[in-house]
Amino acid sequence: MQWEPVIGLEVHVQLSTCSKIFSGASTAFGAEPNTQACGIDLALPGTLPVLNENAVAMAVRFGLAINAEIPEYSVFERKNYFYPDLPKGYQTSQMAHPVVGRGEVDITLGDGTIKTVRIHHAHMEEDAGKSLHEDYSGMTGIDLNRAGTPLLEIVSEPDMHSAEEASAYIKAIHAIVTYLGISDGNMAEGSMRCDVNVSLRPKGQEKLGTRAEIKNVNSFRFVERAIAFEIERQAEILEEGGKIVQETRLYDPDLDETRSMRTKEEANDYRYFPCPDLLPLMLDEAYIEHQRSLLPELPSEKRQRFVESLGLSTYDANVLTGSRPLAEYFEAVQKLCGDAKMAANWVQGDLLGRLNRDGLDITQSPVNAEQLGGLLLRISDDTINGKAAKQVFADLWECRGETADEIIESRGLKQVTDTGAIESLCDQVIADNPVQVTQYREATEDKRGKMIGFFVGQVMKASRGTANPPQVNAMLKEKLDALL
Amino acid sequence: MHDKTLAELARGLAAGDFSSRELTSSLLERVKKHDPAINSFITVTDEQALKDADAADTLRHKGEAGILSGLPLAYKDIFCTEGVRTSAGSKMLDNFIAPYNATVVEKLRHAGTVSLGKTNMDEFAMGSSNENSYYGPVKNPWNPTLVPGGSSGGSAAAVAAGLVPAALGTDTGGSIRQPAAFCGITGLKPTYGRVSRYGMIAYASSLDQAGPMARTAEDCAMLMNVMAGHDARDSTSVARNVPDYTQGLDKPLNGLKIGLPVEYFGDGLSPEVETAVREAVRVYESLGAQVIDVSLPHTSMAIPAYYVIAPAEASSNLSRYDGVRFGHRCDDPADLEDLYKRTRAEGFGDEVKRRILIGTHTLSEGFFDAYYRKAQQVRRLIRQDFLDAFSRVDVLMGPAAPTTAFELGAKADPVQMYLQDIYTIAINLAGIPGISVPAGLVDNRPVGLQILGPHFGEAHLLNVAHVYQQATDWHQRRPEIKE
Repeated sequence: MQWEPVIGLEVHVQLSTCSKIFSGASTAFGAEPNTQACGIDLALPGTLPVLNENAVAMAVRFGLAINAEIPEYSVFERKNYFYPDLPKGYQTSQMAHPVVGRGEVDITLGDGTIKTVRIHHAHMEEDAGKSLHEDYSGMTGIDLNRAGTPLLEIVSEPDMHSAEEASAYIKAIHAIVTYLGISDGNMAEGSMRCDVNVSLRPKGQEKLGTRAEIKNVNSFRFVERAIAFEIERQAEILEEGGKIVQETRLYDPDLDETRSMRTKEEANDYRYFPCPDLLPLMLDEAYIEHQRSLLPELPSEKRQRFVESLGLSTYDANVLTGSRPLAEYFEAVQKLCGDAKMAANWVQGDLLGRLNRDGLDITQSPVNAEQLGGLLLRISDDTINGKAAKQVFADLWECRGETADEIIESRGLKQVTDTGAIESLCDQVIADNPVQVTQYREATEDKRGKMIGFFVGQVMKASRGTANPPQVNAMLKEKLDALL
Repeated sequence: MHDKTLAELARGLAAGDFSSRELTSSLLERVKKHDPAINSFITVTDEQALKDADAADTLRHKGEAGILSGLPLAYKDIFCTEGVRTSAGSKMLDNFIAPYNATVVEKLRHAGTVSLGKTNMDEFAMGSSNENSYYGPVKNPWNPTLVPGGSSGGSAAAVAAGLVPAALGTDTGGSIRQPAAFCGITGLKPTYGRVSRYGMIAYASSLDQAGPMARTAEDCAMLMNVMAGHDARDSTSVARNVPDYTQGLDKPLNGLKIGLPVEYFGDGLSPEVETAVREAVRVYESLGAQVIDVSLPHTSMAIPAYYVIAPAEASSNLSRYDGVRFGHRCDDPADLEDLYKRTRAEGFGDEVKRRILIGTHTLSEGFFDAYYRKAQQVRRLIRQDFLDAFSRVDVLMGPAAPTTAFELGAKADPVQMYLQDIYTIAINLAGIPGISVPAGLVDNRPVGLQILGPHFGEAHLLNVAHVYQQATDWHQRRPEIKE
């Protein structure tokens, strides 16, 4: 049978506030265990939560960025369960009245098509601490530094039907939150984590199948692989006439498989009820409009502008708007050199290629946008040719703090555009290669087009790479064709 | 000195009749001598008290003393006090030394008061007789076979016995007013949100409120001047101007409109208590007040609604006592579940367990709508009852409790105990302020008159109580304590 996967995601985004959602303790990552947990985070008797205003502002801006409705009031509720890294014995979260209502996120698929994923809601909650099971000889260590870090949980509708769509969706969420500056989006440090709901149904059927939830998947790649595995696992069971058990599963990246954590029967009753220590959060129109005025240009808006105003392809626009730092890098380069297409090619090709090879991201690039823009400017004003540009780029990568112009100057890479000099080189090459000239003359029209490359190469070699290839090409063609 | 009111002691200190050290050490002597029989203190912080008294005396010599400088107080052991055990009357927190001061403690400390220590209470403020304390029951100073009321029984008994002129209590369903009534002192439960809850160990967060317990309304007013006000650390505290509660205490009561809720004078009210309360109301009439009957039609639903909402919140508030970070931890837990189960089985008393079970049940899937949601609807109706009544009258009056203090062990049935709070509990559900003032003695057992006012009407309540205390001497009656 043909099975259609149905996928919905819950993405937990750590909001990049300085302090925690209900206390003044720092949220910085990587401190010594339990050095960033105050009395409130430890749930000392008598302590009370106070809502971090900045976390609210960030959540509201996310809501506005996905065109969601922002309800007039939202309510914090307690989700009650016992766990050693949950100090209060409940997680303060939102349930019936979340801060962000229904919205939409556009995702771009590999073939460039754009699809809309509906967002059911997004709510604020506090993160738990961490249980450390290693290094304590059979005991468990508790680190409460993370306890109380603000999270925005973004819950999608089950609108995705493949691992690729799910992956594109997470990338879109990642782009939105990093554009907004409300999260660093660092999945390795747990700033973004996903719960993935997967079910299968016979193609064409409306009714949803039984789903499995895969908890805490923490990289783009793992999300794709966990879904791929899960689709296959469920399809196998269904093909054999079996039934899917509603359960929570865990993705193990080492074995590349998901396995059962607990079934529905073992599920907790969280006994949600409104937190009596926090009043309902009331947001008026003026506040929401103020937050709207703080929104930066969003990925979808930027993408559209790149296509419409800069003339980039949808594909290029999509890659270059993938993250805010990348988009800003590209825009800076493009402004300096004045050639969007060339800037797009260089950023995507040479720059991202090299960064990927060295395992760096755009913010860690050894070549900054001013340097690359300066280099591309020298290509577009014909100071250097493409080949020389590659050498300059390689030099820039060494981080000696030079500008492109300084490198061009010191290495004598300035291209020769003096017609007289080039003409004499062309004449010389034609004179030195009579056999090839004869072959050229006897060849058909379209073969000649290819054969001219040999002469261009010789001239470039003679000029030690400083001649301007299109200029050489044109001149040689003129001279050779005159011999026909 | 131990018979004097806070206001009198303040004048004595200001006049140099005695020093704070003299006052403090004489009271500490009394605590040492009499408290073993009463058991009103869990922890006596005598060394710190004398140090603080000396500091207050020094300030006074420098001419920098405030009104409350050097005056001794005690705190119900539910208020966190830095460096001092804060037990909430529970084995669970027997080893808990609070690393910080509750906001009210901080404010009163800043005002120069001297804490003698921490008073006994029903475990986690759950109880109406102070028999639910890990540290043993408190005895009523009027008669050691009687309970002092609860849950702030230690504070009430300590003030009544002349061990301390005033103490702080908390009131979730009557826990200031009922023990004040049983011990013949004055106790005010402020409007919800008037006093910060930060550092006050939570029982039922939407109902808990701290208040003063003292000999007179005037003393309560002096303390409220310091205690009341917004606290950025408590989101439910209200940002609203704090009046000077000691101003206007003497305002005449001509034309005061008093409502008597008919539901507060029905079945279950002891005839002697009713007689005393009606006599107090006649005193008000003689002072120029008009009295009418009013109705609070949803009164009968208050106890059921309370015993859904309060346990629900408590079941969640008390989840943090898990043996992981502080407080009691069972020996040699086999695994996590064993740690939780035995820690909580050993650390909590029966009444606390009972309320955690009730609350866990009422919040459970399938029961939430029938219990918690319904109780919240009832709560709104009860609140509306009071708003309607206050559109017709200035204050409501009635008994603070259906009987006078009862014998220790007399109410073994929890529901009988819950009915003790029938006249006080609705006030917490509505969030309004209430005060209990001594209004008679029946068989040498004090009777409390409860006066209720609209939200943030504390100043008026204190005025109404004070004028009564100028006209009567019930608040000056003291239990006989063999010196």
